[in-house]
Amino acid sequence: MTTMRESLRRQMLTAYLFLFPALSTLFVFFFLPVIAALLLSLTDFDIYSLADFGNARFVGLKNYVDLFNDPLFWKALKNTLYFVAVGGPLSVVTSLGAALLVNSRTVKFKGLFRSVYFLPVVTTLVAVSIVWRFLYHPRYGMLNYLLSLVGIDRIDWLGDPVWAMPAIILLAVWKNFGYNMIIFIAGLQNIPEYLYEAARLDGASARQQFTMITVPMLAPTTFFVAIITMIGYFQLFAEPYVMTDGGPLQSTMSVVLMMYKTGFKWWNMGYSAAVAFALFAIIAGATIIQMKLQKQSHE
Amino acid sequence: MRIVSRIFLYAVLILVAISTLAPVVWMVSASFMPAGEAAQYPPSFFPRHVTLEHYTALFTRLNLAKYALNSAVLSTLITAVSLFVNSMAGYAFAKYRFAGREKIFRLLITSMVVPAQITMLPLFLMMNKLGLVNTYWGLVIPGMASIFGIFLIRQYALSIPDSLIEAARMDGATDFEIYWRIILPLCKPILVTLAIFTFMGTWNDFLWPLIIMTDDSMYTLPVALNNLMGEHTLDVELMMAGSVLTILPVMIVFVVMQKYYIEGIMMGSVKG
Amino acid sequence: MKFSLHHRLHLVAACAALLLVASCRTADTGTTVVTFWGLGAEGEKVKALIPEFERLHPDITVRVQQIPWTGAHEKLLTSYAGNSSPDICQLGNTWVPEFALLHALEDLSPWVARSAAIRTTDYFPGILATNVIDSLLYGIPWYVDTRVLFYRSDILARAGYPGGPRTWRELRAACETIVSNKYAQYGIFMPTTEWAPPVIFGVQNGSTLLKNNGTEGDFSGPAFRDAFRFYIGLFDDKVGLSTATDVSNVFQSFSEGYFAMYITGPWNIDEFKRRLPAAMQDKWMTAPLPSPDSVYPGASLAGGASLVMFRSSKHKDAAWKFIEYLSDKSVQTEFYHVTGNLPAVREAWRDTSLANNVYARAFFTQFERVVPTPKVPEWEQIAMKMQDYAEAAAKKTMTPDRAMEAFDGDVYRILEKRRWMIDKRKHE
Repeated sequence: MTTMRESLRRQMLTAYLFLFPALSTLFVFFFLPVIAALLLSLTDFDIYSLADFGNARFVGLKNYVDLFNDPLFWKALKNTLYFVAVGGPLSVVTSLGAALLVNSRTVKFKGLFRSVYFLPVVTTLVAVSIVWRFLYHPRYGMLNYLLSLVGIDRIDWLGDPVWAMPAIILLAVWKNFGYNMIIFIAGLQNIPEYLYEAARLDGASARQQFTMITVPMLAPTTFFVAIITMIGYFQLFAEPYVMTDGGPLQSTMSVVLMMYKTGFKWWNMGYSAAVAFALFAIIAGATIIQMKLQKQSHE
Repeated sequence: MRIVSRIFLYAVLILVAISTLAPVVWMVSASFMPAGEAAQYPPSFFPRHVTLEHYTALFTRLNLAKYALNSAVLSTLITAVSLFVNSMAGYAFAKYRFAGREKIFRLLITSMVVPAQITMLPLFLMMNKLGLVNTYWGLVIPGMASIFGIFLIRQYALSIPDSLIEAARMDGATDFEIYWRIILPLCKPILVTLAIFTFMGTWNDFLWPLIIMTDDSMYTLPVALNNLMGEHTLDVELMMAGSVLTILPVMIVFVVMQKYYIEGIMMGSVKG
Repeated sequence: MKFSLHHRLHLVAACAALLLVASCRTADTGTTVVTFWGLGAEGEKVKALIPEFERLHPDITVRVQQIPWTGAHEKLLTSYAGNSSPDICQLGNTWVPEFALLHALEDLSPWVARSAAIRTTDYFPGILATNVIDSLLYGIPWYVDTRVLFYRSDILARAGYPGGPRTWRELRAACETIVSNKYAQYGIFMPTTEWAPPVIFGVQNGSTLLKNNGTEGDFSGPAFRDAFRFYIGLFDDKVGLSTATDVSNVFQSFSEGYFAMYITGPWNIDEFKRRLPAAMQDKWMTAPLPSPDSVYPGASLAGGASLVMFRSSKHKDAAWKFIEYLSDKSVQTEFYHVTGNLPAVREAWRDTSLANNVYARAFFTQFERVVPTPKVPEWEQIAMKMQDYAEAAAKKTMTPDRAMEAFDGDVYRILEKRRWMIDKRKHE
């Protein structure tokens, strides 16, 4: 009895020792800053406070109220939602399509195609943003040249507020679809082959097989992919930072870019922290909603 | 009919492959063009004269080697340290019983939703107080532990049979010996995956190095590249050469290790 | 055991030698290292001036770091917060108030008082004034700039204004003639990513930009509002071009006749010489800015960059020597030669190559009428906001008047803390 308890206690102690480096790091450099950010968002910490901490005032929820009344924040939020709502599904659908293509039974060189499609994922975002900036160039860009060959007029991709966000979405889809494709392939390979065989015996067409077997069997994977894509896309930053700096007409100003600019460029740290928390609340809310929807569709 | 649909399938496959590769190929191609050739109409896809002048300029005048070294050192350091830290924690979560295990684990998983950007402002002020702004440590320390890494290792370690651990314990192995001699070797595939993930993630990271590195001798490649962009907006070919050099190392890591990398993603998703 | 005298002498000699070596070492590796941050192209070109300085001062080494303009502001602030500011920095003179407020900058008045090399009377008064805040001197002007009109002389001659337009009315008429006769696609290029043109029109029209001791915006006031209407009107009638992305390469577009006029600064003199094709070289000129009334030229902005010393510097004496060196008449001349930046020290203007530079003449005239931007730390932030509203009005998502009202609202919010600080100081 005592040795049993002794060994349990020893186990616990060892476990804590193993956990200590990771958990203490996470606590000090992740959870603590999160709490600090929350407190910071209740102050007006700014450039005057940088000179003298005494110039920071506790302002309660003022930053959040200001945020609510700040057209730039709504603009940034709208842009980010646009990016999430259009770019997200587009990404997921592209990934699924690519996965189905690569995974189809008759295709040879599966590995090669898979690797090629995956390549953009491993590239450095800053570098490819720079590359795409030139591809999008209204006068000398490759994209407009190719479009002109099929008779489409010059589009000012990054200079026209209507086209700037679609341009960034296109880049994001190109950059990311390979990642989710791999997850979809894993999901597809987990669907037992006998289901398809049985369906074929019952005379199901390819389309029927897809809607009756693939889609429902892939639902958990799709859900997973949708969630991680959404969370990732809400954090849009580097693409507009490198390509447009939020312009033209703030049409690519994302919430995180706004946070960065107010925080580090103008040093309105309090306000910036409020932007960060508003984003967190929105992501958390969207995730919960998506999970609820998922549950409902299961019932 | 079969053949038609098959040709169609390959046509689509190849079309997607071309549009996926085109930007990368153009980047490489433009990096060899003489200055000015990439900003002409109609645009040229391949250089009329191949020149290495931009690469020479990057290495001589623009100190690219220094930034590459920073990136390499930092990525390697963070990968090594975080593998160690995360694997210990992941193993503990998988194979030890202790008070609060489920609660802590659930807390960790939930907080994966918290965008890292939230922590950046206080983290900067904190690093500043600790005197770590503009040092390698300012990048390494926050990168030491990752929830995703702990999660990945735990999932994998769960499948290691308890009997193996029990047997080792009977033989008188200490807990650390069991972790070091038995668990780590068994976890090799997932460790490799995590190593690639971490290496690439650190190499490609932009926002935090941008904030924490104030001196240009400390820049990583992406930050340096973005910096370069500010000054050389018109020098398309030079920027392309810089992009090639930034992407190349991760590309090589990917091509060599792609089997592990892709398997890792599959593992992380299916079991999650 | 006892040491013989001989031994002792050896010991002493050895110690002395060791000390000598040690002191040599410190003298050797211990040269004072002064870090200097240069912004943009200056950061690269100033390097050419370093060897001569290091030859004159063998005990000082200068380390130059180049910072691109786009990220310079956050860079300087974070480095200040992170206690890693350089010893000396090139600071755009609109940024001086901000860093002075942070107590980041050394008051240079005592240094100048002690200096034999730098006299404040050597500088253009309007430019020097941008470095003075609450009667303390925070920067030494390094180079000066202001904006003038760069134009295609062939096109403007055909349009009937060979010397460039002298009034707003003429500017507008010239643009219309150019566009309607298809001499060029657009009359004038004023990208909304540059806040200077609308602000210049505003100050030309008599606006002070801010009012009540710099605590509120005055952009919807009549002076600025009318100027802004004039500015936007050029885009509305498609005689002016406001989108920067249309023009990837200013030089190419200028020589292709995409636009005929461009309001820009002296840094472009050399760029135009270098980047325009040879056939274009006798087809462009500079002119002072047109004016809303009969007083020619119209005002422009007192710009340029100053050399500032950070209070945190541990090598202030060495840093000051470097500032003195850069302010030397002949070094100023040489700096003009390597960068094309107009020297801040008036004496340096006598250099023949500058005196004979036809493109620099417009700047001489223009410097007679330069106005500083408001000396509040928030100015840069306000100026950036101006770009947003200029863009919105140019793209017709807002009327010019509505844009300026909204702009004043934003400025009021931006200056809230300043109002509080002023109040607080009053109570203290």
